[in-house]
Amino acid sequence: MLKFFLGRLLVLIPTFIGVSIIAFAFIRLLPGDPVMLMSGERVMDPTRHAQIMHELGMDRPLVMQYLSYIGGILQGDFGTSIVTKRPIIQQFFALFPATLELSLCAILIAIVLGIPAGVFAAIKRGSFFDQSVMGAALVGYSMPIFWWGLLLIILFSGILRWTPVSGRIDLLYFFPSVTGFMLVDSLLSGQKGAFASAVSHLILPAIVLGTIPLAVIARQTRSAMLEVLSEDYVRTARAKGLTPFRVVGIHALRNAMIPVITTIGLQVGVLMAGAILTETIFSWPGVGKWMVDSVFKRDYTVIQGGLLLIAAIIMFVNLIVDLLYGLINPRIRH
Amino acid sequence: MKKKLAFAAALLAATMLGGIANAKTLVYCSEGSPEGFDPGLYTAGTTFDASSRTVYNRLVEFKHGSTEIEPGLAESWTISDDGLEYTFKLRQGVKFQTTDFFTPTREFNADDVIYSFDRQLKADDPWNKYVAGAAWEYSAGMGFPDLIKAIEKVDDHTVKFVLNHPEAPFLADLGMDFASVLSKEYADKLQADGKMEQMNQQPLGTGPFTFVAYQPDAAIRYKANADYWNGAPKIDDLVFAITTDASVRRQKLEAGECQIYPYPNAADVEALKGNPDLHVEEQAGLNVAYLAYNTLVAPFDKAEVRRALNQAINKQAIVDAVFEGQAQVAKNPIPPTMWSYNDAVEDDKYDPDAAKAALEAAGVKDLKMKIWAMPVSRPYMLNARRAAELMQADLSKVGVSAEIVTYEWAEYLKRSSDKDRDGAVILGWTGDNGDPDNFLDTLLGCTAVGGNNRAQWCNEEFDGLVKKAKEISDQAERTKLYEQAQVVFKKEAPWATIDHSTTFMPMSKKVSGYTQDPLGIHRFDNVDIAE
Repeated sequence: MLKFFLGRLLVLIPTFIGVSIIAFAFIRLLPGDPVMLMSGERVMDPTRHAQIMHELGMDRPLVMQYLSYIGGILQGDFGTSIVTKRPIIQQFFALFPATLELSLCAILIAIVLGIPAGVFAAIKRGSFFDQSVMGAALVGYSMPIFWWGLLLIILFSGILRWTPVSGRIDLLYFFPSVTGFMLVDSLLSGQKGAFASAVSHLILPAIVLGTIPLAVIARQTRSAMLEVLSEDYVRTARAKGLTPFRVVGIHALRNAMIPVITTIGLQVGVLMAGAILTETIFSWPGVGKWMVDSVFKRDYTVIQGGLLLIAAIIMFVNLIVDLLYGLINPRIRH
Repeated sequence: MKKKLAFAAALLAATMLGGIANAKTLVYCSEGSPEGFDPGLYTAGTTFDASSRTVYNRLVEFKHGSTEIEPGLAESWTISDDGLEYTFKLRQGVKFQTTDFFTPTREFNADDVIYSFDRQLKADDPWNKYVAGAAWEYSAGMGFPDLIKAIEKVDDHTVKFVLNHPEAPFLADLGMDFASVLSKEYADKLQADGKMEQMNQQPLGTGPFTFVAYQPDAAIRYKANADYWNGAPKIDDLVFAITTDASVRRQKLEAGECQIYPYPNAADVEALKGNPDLHVEEQAGLNVAYLAYNTLVAPFDKAEVRRALNQAINKQAIVDAVFEGQAQVAKNPIPPTMWSYNDAVEDDKYDPDAAKAALEAAGVKDLKMKIWAMPVSRPYMLNARRAAELMQADLSKVGVSAEIVTYEWAEYLKRSSDKDRDGAVILGWTGDNGDPDNFLDTLLGCTAVGGNNRAQWCNEEFDGLVKKAKEISDQAERTKLYEQAQVVFKKEAPWATIDHSTTFMPMSKKVSGYTQDPLGIHRFDNVDIAE
């Protein structure tokens, strides 16, 4: 197991270097430079331009810039935002809990609804229920997040007034951030109604962000279940006279879960990509929205550092999934 | 007993909220996060709304809803006859805000003014590089390092600015955001504590609102400054709810989650106006969009060719298609809300036949040209690509074949300044200080060729007029010169002036006292809200 773990860890090193090169190069390959944009329509004097480029270290050869960048990262220094002039790592960790909270709730919704829907669709294969679930999953999977989010806002917040439009909590509530997780902080604050407000703000974005993973998980569960249900041991279990619940719930589902767990792990990337749009629509102050804002403001150092940090998190989660997979299915380890 | 306890707990909670339940709170759905809270470091309006216009003041201020200057922290001033010395008498009894993070012990004085400018102008000032990459872009862009020779403290309440050359717009420059006055006492404390970067995170000034907290990318909270020298604001609390998407801002206003928001989608304006609970303020923006020919390259070096092309472009069609009518066709390079706007100037009439004949008369046949369309949406030009396509179609009607080109934004800005640029470029400008010099000399003066003067146009007569206007401080005389300059501009046609866009501000009918500012800033010191 240790060998398996170390092997997985070793693979991460070249991946991380690759990502860092891509993040670094792709911004520099773009024409234009961020200093030019500081002054907008007003033209910057060339000597001033050269001076600022020099101060930011952007006049050095690319290889030197890359090496000093990597050197900084190894010491935990991801650089400073060109726009806000604040350390990137500090901004990232201030905003990441919001993204994590949203993503966890989204994946929770996806799992809680997706797995039972997939299981029932498989049991009732070909039925009206199966067809509607699979049809809905296809629609959910194909729906552009931006449009879907706005649609829900207009219906539930605009017309029905059931949920708030955007943000993490009603502005009436104001308390210091302890954990960064609004659900926890609102409880800790002891303010009446704060937790309910945090939950009501979380519902719509979590549904929007959870839609694609929900669709994928439901479809994956259904197909895995169908495969397992036709196995001999399931027939044997049935022949033994076990209740349908035990057959499906214990014998079949457990084996069907292996590919489903992989799928759930792979959703981390989907969640991160989806968070960028979901957070933008719902004014959710997380890293996704931060990245979008930085792209608009051409905050190159943030885009570069943010990309790298997000990639590191996705790689880390995938590593955990790999390890879990190894635990569930011993064959993988060997 | 239980009930009593619950009531006590609720009361405690309400007290902890700072009495928000009974306070008058205005929620403004702002369009983005501030870059920081030190206005000297930045150039974006979003940042200024959150810092300079709430927390800070300047020596002079713009009157609400106008570009006229009125006394601010300086209660009066005198300008020497040669226009080189500006002496400001400072207002006395002005208090800096008291916050959780700093309690001032003295009132505003000359040291604060000198500190606020020195840090931007002197490379050896300890505050000059207090955050990484501090470039003091706006002060540099307005030419302050070359303009200001010295800032002298005459006494505790008198400051003298000595200039290197006369500059009539200087007073208006001092009303700009980067010229905000910070507290020297607070700065000294931060420096002593080794926490200088806090100046950009926890601002403290003399303005109408006191900074309470910034929740990154989510909200900024202020409370009214009860000691404000110009009268305490009518609202108790001001909250900026950061909402980047314009459709979501609209939903929030309609749901009552905020009471006012800027930059609505053009397509939403009519519906917002139809909502009986809302009110939409509108104002002509202090901006212009233009198509600048390269007047150094044949045949665009001939004024008659440029005028003929201007006649071929249907500007009303562009305004209708790109702005859904929410802009006005521009005939002058300065917007109509600006003093010295020459309304007597007649625009080139859209007339393809006349344009064709004029081109033939000028000996231009089968002309091929490029139109540069900028890749981003700006307030003065929402969709340059669409505008360029319309121009392309118009020009083809007079036998000119136009090719549309574009570049990445930073590259576009850089290349469009090149003297040998091939093609006419779509670009625009938003006024900084409400002074006509900020358009006419900045964008069309001879010294700006190869820089902001995208037409590369240097006309002796025009340049003489605007340079002369810079050196005299009498506004009536300056107006005459600028009016003449606009006549020369129209005759010489270095640009096709396209539009001045309109800005909208939707708000709840409960909000009163809000005035739109032509400079595009958002201020809440006069605003009240009905309960």
